[in-house]
Amino acid sequence: MSAAINLTLKIWRQKNARSQGRFETYKADGIDTAMSFLEMLDVINDRLNKEGQEPIAFDHDCREGICGTCGAVVNGRPHGPLKGTTLCQLHMRHFKDGQTLVIEPWRAKGFPVLKDLAVDRSAFDRVMQSGGFVSVKTGQAPDAHAVVVAKDKADIAMDTAECIGCGACVAACPNASAMLFVAAKVVHLNILPQGEVEKDRRALNMVKQMDAEGFGNCSNAYQCEAACPKEISVQHIARLNKYHRQASSKGE
Amino acid sequence: MLDPKIPSGPLKDKWDDHKFNLKLVNPSNRRKYRVIVVGTGLAGASAAASLAEMGYQVDAFCFQDSPRRAHSIAAQGGINAAKNYPNDGDSVRRLFYDTIKGGDFRSREANVYRLAQVSNNIIDQCVAQGVPFAREYGGYLDNRSFGGAQVSRTFYARGQTGQQLLLGAYQALMKEAGKKTVKLYPRTEMLDLVVIDGVARGIVTRHLITGVIESHGADAVVLATGGYGNAFYLSTNAKGCNVTATWRAHKKGALFANPCFTQIHPTCIPVHGDYQSKLTLMSEGLRNDGRVWVPKTPKDQRKPKDIPEAQRDYFLERKYPGFGNLVPRDIASRSVKEQCDAGRGVGDTGMAVYLDFAESISRLGKDIIKERYSNLFDMYEKITGENPYSTPMMIYPAVHYTMGGLWVDYHLMSNVPGLFVLGEANFSDHGANRLGASALMQGLADGYFIAPYTISDYLARVKPAAKDAVDHPEFKKTEHDIHERVKKLLSIKGKRTVDDFYRQLGHLLWNKCGMTRNATGLKEALAKIPKIREEFWRNVSVLGSGEDFNQALERAGRVADFLEFGELLVTDALQREESCGGHFREEYQTPEGEALRRDEQFSYVAAWQFNGVGQAPTLHKEELKFEEVHLAQRSYQ
Repeated sequence: MSAAINLTLKIWRQKNARSQGRFETYKADGIDTAMSFLEMLDVINDRLNKEGQEPIAFDHDCREGICGTCGAVVNGRPHGPLKGTTLCQLHMRHFKDGQTLVIEPWRAKGFPVLKDLAVDRSAFDRVMQSGGFVSVKTGQAPDAHAVVVAKDKADIAMDTAECIGCGACVAACPNASAMLFVAAKVVHLNILPQGEVEKDRRALNMVKQMDAEGFGNCSNAYQCEAACPKEISVQHIARLNKYHRQASSKGE
Repeated sequence: MLDPKIPSGPLKDKWDDHKFNLKLVNPSNRRKYRVIVVGTGLAGASAAASLAEMGYQVDAFCFQDSPRRAHSIAAQGGINAAKNYPNDGDSVRRLFYDTIKGGDFRSREANVYRLAQVSNNIIDQCVAQGVPFAREYGGYLDNRSFGGAQVSRTFYARGQTGQQLLLGAYQALMKEAGKKTVKLYPRTEMLDLVVIDGVARGIVTRHLITGVIESHGADAVVLATGGYGNAFYLSTNAKGCNVTATWRAHKKGALFANPCFTQIHPTCIPVHGDYQSKLTLMSEGLRNDGRVWVPKTPKDQRKPKDIPEAQRDYFLERKYPGFGNLVPRDIASRSVKEQCDAGRGVGDTGMAVYLDFAESISRLGKDIIKERYSNLFDMYEKITGENPYSTPMMIYPAVHYTMGGLWVDYHLMSNVPGLFVLGEANFSDHGANRLGASALMQGLADGYFIAPYTISDYLARVKPAAKDAVDHPEFKKTEHDIHERVKKLLSIKGKRTVDDFYRQLGHLLWNKCGMTRNATGLKEALAKIPKIREEFWRNVSVLGSGEDFNQALERAGRVADFLEFGELLVTDALQREESCGGHFREEYQTPEGEALRRDEQFSYVAAWQFNGVGQAPTLHKEELKFEEVHLAQRSYQ
């Protein structure tokens, strides 16, 4: 059963990438606790629109936790307080009447703010372009059963492939590192026989591109795992480091 | 009568023989041709990557911030293929037959057969890309069964097969983008198609961050922009899904086929409030282990666990013992509606039925159910606050997929030369109802294995001319029209928000053109839509400017197109005086309440020609000829 709560929102407003941002305070009264967080923002935007004020820009699309488009830092935590949950799947029943919520965009050098809560994550696409693939062309594939894959390896590949590329790991990291994202992709492909051929190039090139995009390095704060809506483990960063070390030692 | 250009010869040889007859472009000449691909879901990303690998110059556009976010990503359950790895009697012919029958005999035999043929190549390709399909301990791929089939032919990757297949295609696209054979245009929305001398020559786009309106010339344009399910406002589609690309192409001459064939998915989380922004699907895969039931007594307020077995009606198992809970989606949805309309629905609104796992959990144990469905159970609990391991899920049907789309011939080319349409955006393979796990199959079949051949054939017949195309006055004129439209939307400064109009249209379409339809209701909708549209252009409020990131402006443009498209959807539903698949006209049903097809009169594709906003469209027909399958009333009993 749902109830209504009243909240105070402090939301980051920034006109565009070039301008200075600031927090604005909004009253959010009569919020149904069955709403999702983004539906709550819809309601606020509807009210702003009716008052003639420009709505708050925020990225979102599928609203079922899989496209990775949405995300904001709520009271200091990317995607809000609920573990393993994207912002769109966070529901208002997890907040208390009278609470103040501070809502701000991902903050990282690699993710410049575009407007309000929306950031530019195209750096992730460029990291992917540097090696996040298997070099197989359409038509080259052998029968799917030509190569068997041990279930434990297939399961690790799947665990890492669950990454939705939302960027919460970067937002959570004190160094704004993208190591969890890069690790998830490298491990997904490197651990499978299909991706093994390119494992050295992949690890070296993706880490290099990550650095070039201005993401920091990993200092084992583990904030990324805590923030990850797919709960991807920091163990994979250790695996990435191993792949990277092995590749570097070959002098490639 | 429209000519689908189906090759002659026996059904099983058509595609192979035809591939030999298709013209080729010499490898060294391919780089002279530019192909625009709009949309980066399964169909778009796979086509863009494959065309680039062949050597063409490709421009790939998406409105999302990254190509990886296209809505194919949300598909949960799986992808079909006729591998017959489980040795349970599957074959290309059986997949073909199930798909034709599942579509209620309103799709093209030749297209569907080709789809079944290439289905196996898709699985091979995806595995080679590193798609982490579920495997057994022996290292081989696992399969599950899905609605409308009696074999296990569905490959899956936990509950996120769509994301994994899309990442495979996206990674192939990134591989090409890294080599600069593909140029990516994210956050860029196609706002019009440019047709010069009857031929598709490019598109005009708006950049969603800067507001810049720009022309792009090409030798061929591929639309892979998805379906129009969001016409209903509430659907399982992502918020950004829209009809704009296909609708604007329709206004430029492309025929729109079978728009009334819309799929209502039976297992979605029910509506819970006016502010609701979308509906969430619970995968059809759940019906492998979940049993659908309602209390036998109407308005029974007891908790589900307090209702004894004898007082429950497992209505799908009772009505369709052959397929039980795994009947196709259209049939399951209508059965659920029938129970709720009879007052046996459950939950606060009475618009829900139970999907109960208690029996499976006691038979298989909680751990196995958890391994199969944990992400879906978690999602359900996040949204509803209820734990489906201990209390049954509540579900209700919601708009999910649209079988209709732009008309295409066997080459997946529309009636406008140079304009190809792939995936959900075309109408081609699913007839009046799509079977589960077949959308992913079709999107990838179109993009990886069909369009690269047929687009090459088209390009081999034209001279490369993309470079100078944008100098043509038609591009300037189109840009001007878009500027004017943006200016107009911002200048109305009315009293109602975009979403206010959008909800009004959605409710109307859901009530009058939803799970069941009748002539009176459809005529009512046809009278009301122009009035909503007229008020929209007089009284909508869109704040902000056209020169920056303005999400209300984006939405306004899309809703304006839905307000035109809705009329075509209803017109088509009114015209089709029969029931088939997802299109159920109350006037045409069997004594048992099943869909009553009228093959004599309606065994055709209805392809509509645009004649102006508010003007009656012209109906063109493509006759459906069935040479291999025998038309029968679908039975899942």
